[in-house]
Amino acid sequence: MAETLDLSQFIELSESGAAHMTFAVDGVGCAGCIRKIESGLTKLPGVIDARLNFTQRRLAVDWRDNEIGAADIIQALEQIGYQAHPFAPERVEADDSHQARWLLKCLAVAGFAAMNVMLLSISVWSGNVSDMTAVTRDLFHWLSALIALPAAAYAGQPFFQSAWRALRTRQLNMDVPITVGVTLALGLSLYETATHAVHAYFDSALMLLFFLLCGRYLDLAMRRKTKLFAGNLASFKAEFAHRLNANGELTRLPVSALSPGDRILVRPGELIPADGVVLSGSSAIDESLMTGETTARTVTPGTTVYAGSINGSGALTVKVVVAGTGTLVDEVERLLDKAIEAKSRIVRLADRAARLYAPVVHTAAALTCIGWLIAGASPHFAIVTAIAVLIITCPCAIALAIPAVQVVAAGQLFRSGVILNSGDAIERIAETDVIVFDKTGTLTLPDPAVDDSAIDPDLLEQAARLALSSHHPLAAALARRAAKRIPYPAAVEEPGRGVRALIDGVEARLGSAAFCGLSEAEPHAGDHDASRIAFSYGGRSAVIPIRQSLRPDAIAVTQALSARGFDLMILSGDRPEAVRPIAERLGVTQWLAALTPAEKIAVIELLKSQGRRVLMVGDGLNDAPALAAAHASLSPITAAHLTQAHADALFLGDRLAPVLRAVIVSRKARSLMRQNLALAVVYNALAVPIAVAGLITPLIAAVAMSGSSILVTLNALRARFGGPGESIMPSKSGDDAVVATAGTAEPLVASPAAQPSFAGHHNAELVS
Amino acid sequence: MNVLIYLVPLALLLGLSGLVGFMWTLKNGQYDDLEGAALRILPDDDIAP
Repeated sequence: MAETLDLSQFIELSESGAAHMTFAVDGVGCAGCIRKIESGLTKLPGVIDARLNFTQRRLAVDWRDNEIGAADIIQALEQIGYQAHPFAPERVEADDSHQARWLLKCLAVAGFAAMNVMLLSISVWSGNVSDMTAVTRDLFHWLSALIALPAAAYAGQPFFQSAWRALRTRQLNMDVPITVGVTLALGLSLYETATHAVHAYFDSALMLLFFLLCGRYLDLAMRRKTKLFAGNLASFKAEFAHRLNANGELTRLPVSALSPGDRILVRPGELIPADGVVLSGSSAIDESLMTGETTARTVTPGTTVYAGSINGSGALTVKVVVAGTGTLVDEVERLLDKAIEAKSRIVRLADRAARLYAPVVHTAAALTCIGWLIAGASPHFAIVTAIAVLIITCPCAIALAIPAVQVVAAGQLFRSGVILNSGDAIERIAETDVIVFDKTGTLTLPDPAVDDSAIDPDLLEQAARLALSSHHPLAAALARRAAKRIPYPAAVEEPGRGVRALIDGVEARLGSAAFCGLSEAEPHAGDHDASRIAFSYGGRSAVIPIRQSLRPDAIAVTQALSARGFDLMILSGDRPEAVRPIAERLGVTQWLAALTPAEKIAVIELLKSQGRRVLMVGDGLNDAPALAAAHASLSPITAAHLTQAHADALFLGDRLAPVLRAVIVSRKARSLMRQNLALAVVYNALAVPIAVAGLITPLIAAVAMSGSSILVTLNALRARFGGPGESIMPSKSGDDAVVATAGTAEPLVASPAAQPSFAGHHNAELVS
Repeated sequence: MNVLIYLVPLALLLGLSGLVGFMWTLKNGQYDDLEGAALRILPDDDIAP
């Protein structure tokens, strides 16, 4: 095909003609892959260097642009057996990796300084109880100051900056007491050193910074890991568009390189890559990802089409319009803005603790100072004791308590196929008590599947192999069933009708009923949700139903969720006739159909006003505002881009089990976070009286601080245990090929006699 | 206690060299691909048979 590939937006060209580009590589799994890819590429003429980052599954290639092109490299990799996808790192990701490096540097400096100051401090502590002279002690204190002051000035920056940002907007965060504590501890120690005192607190200040930086780094590392993974997935999924140039040539280019006014060609079975207006051609398009509606919409020249729809039988020429001008997308964006604003008011557990914590600590320190003054102690003693209170209560344990649990829980979720988008998602998922599902693509599989209950397997295999030669989306579902993945030779596709080929000298036809010489088949009663594809071969023929099928474990998961006390609800944009059978099979009594995005939000708002916390699970573009409005949200990885961006977490695979797993792990993690906070409170309750009484020595401060930090970290590690065994899902027993389809012989889940508490259709009262 | 005059700077110097070493590895990108580094030592086809 005379079509050129344009990847120029991904390539960094230097003046000398050297090009650099990053690919996300699929299928890398072992040590051998690294060598195979790197040596395979460097052998190519023109390639200067190829380096695979195994952790990130990304490949950086440098080449001389006049000798070889990006397309050749992708092709070469394909020949070795790897799919490479052009990858453009997002700004956020670059910022994060910069931030991680900076935190690691601060951590190294704090660690170095803490170790060396501790070396001097221990000498002083043991010297104080033996025969150390005052001169040696002063020397050691001055040496500590020399190390501690510059080190703290460098390593404390993350906290100082964040505290300053908060104070400028007249707010308090966790970093304010940290900054105050560290600064006062260092200032006091300097004063004590200058006045030849016995104690200095340089070690405490540095250890505090070290532990806090550990917490910060862990937190960032967790978020980075999931973002890296999501970035790769996005580029695996990145779509290409066929642009028609002015001279009639076709260029294949990434969707992100399209600009308004471009004319693009969309072939049958392809995804429509951008919003636009149809210029020529007519077809039926599947918009289930946008609206949840499963019947195809007919489009003709002049009709507006949206990115993410799947083109049916006819080729279309589409003129790209500015994204977001379509009425549906506009509406979704507007609702999103509102929902996000509402959500920003949810306060994280850590921030709640911090808000309570900072005033309490500062008040306690002030009261200590005033108390000692009233009791007649010297001003020096009163101030020293007050500062000791600040140091001992510095939220070391609290700042580690939550990130440590989050990191461990995120790792657990990652292993069961759930990728978190935001760190506090765990807390919010754990708090929910109502789960709202979308239907299409969430409870059902994103791709339709063949219902093979009444078809001869031999005939089905022949039909499936013939379907390999077709571009029609329905044929793709059938083609997946082919055991032998070799298309019949000389198969001919007649656009809009079907494919035909000679099998053993006899003609076989696959396509519309008329094309196969069959009379238009009557839909069976109650079978209006299936699409049909006809097949004839010799004298035999079959009408193969293809329909949206439930995720294989949907019934078991919904039962398990209701057994755990969740209220379940289905909110769908699809027709009531299509939603009802699904709801009945799942035993979900509360369902609403034919909802617009605004109405979905209205239902969620209504639940919220009843004091419920909603977990929304959805994939369509029409679900995006509802996902943002809900207390917490989950999306399958097949969801629309915009929707993925607003979900708190994404789950992988064909199963619904990750939803259950996410709920179980999150609840466990939240209880551990609370335990950790409780431990921190107990620690403070024990340590503060000692500090207030003026009995705190640097030794006690050091022991208390590291002891409490280690305790909460160990407790956080418990999130690792009670792993998948706790899951009640038969997750291993499943055979992915066995797909439970609506209307097969499988026994129906008895639907409770209770009437739906929400009306079956639109409820105007709800929405207004 | 005169021994401290060179022992303490020596101890600090050792610690500092560790810190500088760490900063160098960080700048060098040695923490960018921890899993890959573990696997890259396994193939031994660079050794002549």
